[in-house]
Amino acid sequence: MNPEDHVIDVEGLSKSFGKHQALQGIDLRVPRGHVLGLLGPNGAGKTTAVRVLTTLLRPDSGRVRVAGHDVVTDPGAVRRSIGLSGQYAAVDEKLTGFENLRMVGRLYGMNRRQATERARELLRRFRLSDAADQRSVAYSGGMRRRLDLAGALVARPEVVVLDEPTTGLDPRGRMDTWEVVSALVEDGTTVLLTTQYLEEADQLSDTIVVIDKGVVIARGSADALKEHIGGSRMDFVLADAADLDSAAGIVADHGSGRPETDRGARRLSVATSGGQTSLTHALAALERGGVPVVEVALRRPTLDEVFLELTGQDEKAAVPAPAAGGPR
Amino acid sequence: MNTLIRSVSDSGVVAHRNLLNVLRTPGSMVSGVIQPVMFVLLLAFVFGGSLGGPEYREFLIGGIFAQTLLFNSSFTAVGLANDLQKGLVDRYRSLPMSRIAVILGRTISDLSTSSLSLLVTAVCGLLIGWRVTTGPSEALLGIAVLLFFAFATSWIGVFIALTARSVEVAQSLGLVWLFPVAFVSGAFVSIEAMPAPLRVFAEWNPVTAVASAARELFGNAPPAGLAQPTGWPAENPVLYAVLSSAAIIAVFAPLALNRYIRISAR
Repeated sequence: MNPEDHVIDVEGLSKSFGKHQALQGIDLRVPRGHVLGLLGPNGAGKTTAVRVLTTLLRPDSGRVRVAGHDVVTDPGAVRRSIGLSGQYAAVDEKLTGFENLRMVGRLYGMNRRQATERARELLRRFRLSDAADQRSVAYSGGMRRRLDLAGALVARPEVVVLDEPTTGLDPRGRMDTWEVVSALVEDGTTVLLTTQYLEEADQLSDTIVVIDKGVVIARGSADALKEHIGGSRMDFVLADAADLDSAAGIVADHGSGRPETDRGARRLSVATSGGQTSLTHALAALERGGVPVVEVALRRPTLDEVFLELTGQDEKAAVPAPAAGGPR
Repeated sequence: MNTLIRSVSDSGVVAHRNLLNVLRTPGSMVSGVIQPVMFVLLLAFVFGGSLGGPEYREFLIGGIFAQTLLFNSSFTAVGLANDLQKGLVDRYRSLPMSRIAVILGRTISDLSTSSLSLLVTAVCGLLIGWRVTTGPSEALLGIAVLLFFAFATSWIGVFIALTARSVEVAQSLGLVWLFPVAFVSGAFVSIEAMPAPLRVFAEWNPVTAVASAARELFGNAPPAGLAQPTGWPAENPVLYAVLSSAAIIAVFAPLALNRYIRISAR
């Protein structure tokens, strides 16, 4: 693919705050019309990355281009191409929904009439027409978030950046947000969203990039990520919880990585790349060891297991990030 | 030219938003109204009796104007710090708008609070015997000089907000410097009675000039017993008030803009 087709193009981005290295050389490439899900736990560096991409922070090193413009040398052009919806809905509570959106439109350089029309249009689209002339302080959390999202779309930007768009929303609000993102993709907008929820990254993104402690630790589709950490998992539910430790020792020889035990559920779970064969062998070994098993399963890992695997155990973190680019 | 038009238009949008906020938060105007009333009562009747009675009360109002407008800079500091803390400034900064509009819009809209304070002070003054004895053109010039000073000190408030960043810090930083600057001046007393270092400070203190300019332009003579200072600033209070206000803007506007641009380049 032609590099110009990458609407978001980040190479070796590093950023420190004093001694704390928030980002240590991350690379991101998002083709036009794609959704990139930036996934990671709290403090992974997601918000720092978003702030650099939206010109709110200057990178220490690395090259960051958004819609073909460099965030350091041409931040104005980047700002004209992006819409940002923050983690904390930055709506002005004292203004009505309509006034909030009209103000944003005016600040994108629209005249009064254009800004007014666009505000009305977005309020309709986000089902806020009835509350358009109420001060947004009276809005529910979900309505406020929709208003903030609408604010990011006022200028029909090429790139929309959503920083944890569903954090703190109820399931209904989350579904609403997902719908909006899907609609954006249909319009050909390029979207970068950050999230702590795998399910959300899985639902919305074409590509997931997992970052932790400022480093990209994995990237790919949700399926690829699941594949990546060792095919499948074997689950055994034992008759007696007292057998768990000895059973874990037996099963470990047939799986990869350390088995996880859940004492309450009398469950033992381990990753394996050997599929059916490993399961048969493990089951036979348990029988020889005199451990009664009441339930057996061979299954794909859940995304949460993938996530824990990727972020929890540094030495196993599979795909290392390429080294940071030199200082500019 | 285009950039200039854009800056003006964006500042207007921001100022409009700030004004809507002020109008919809009536509590925010309360201190702007109560503060001048309190100072008028305190100085006119608690201190004023020993300082010259009715004559002093007429003299006093020019000082209250200067002091009140200076104090109003703390509203700028708190208002802007509030926007910073709430993430609203981040939204502004991600928009392709004029860089200076966020802070210029703030200093413009805060002129409304200052105008209200000015009106309240004038009404209090009229009630205790203060009168405008000059013609309309001089009186209007007096109001213009006062508002220009208010606009200038507002930029100090902007700088404080951008330095402090949190509302709490902006609140305390925005207040501490006001007392020495307001009171080591000729706003309420004769600076001739001060020890030498303070007198020099007071002589060149813009607050002294603004208070004297207001008295000159509204035609309020000092009480007979109050020794009048000499020197260039004292002899040209209107000119010096305007020049020193312009100097405050010339220093603090670039400082504030610089802070604003760099604020998150941590």
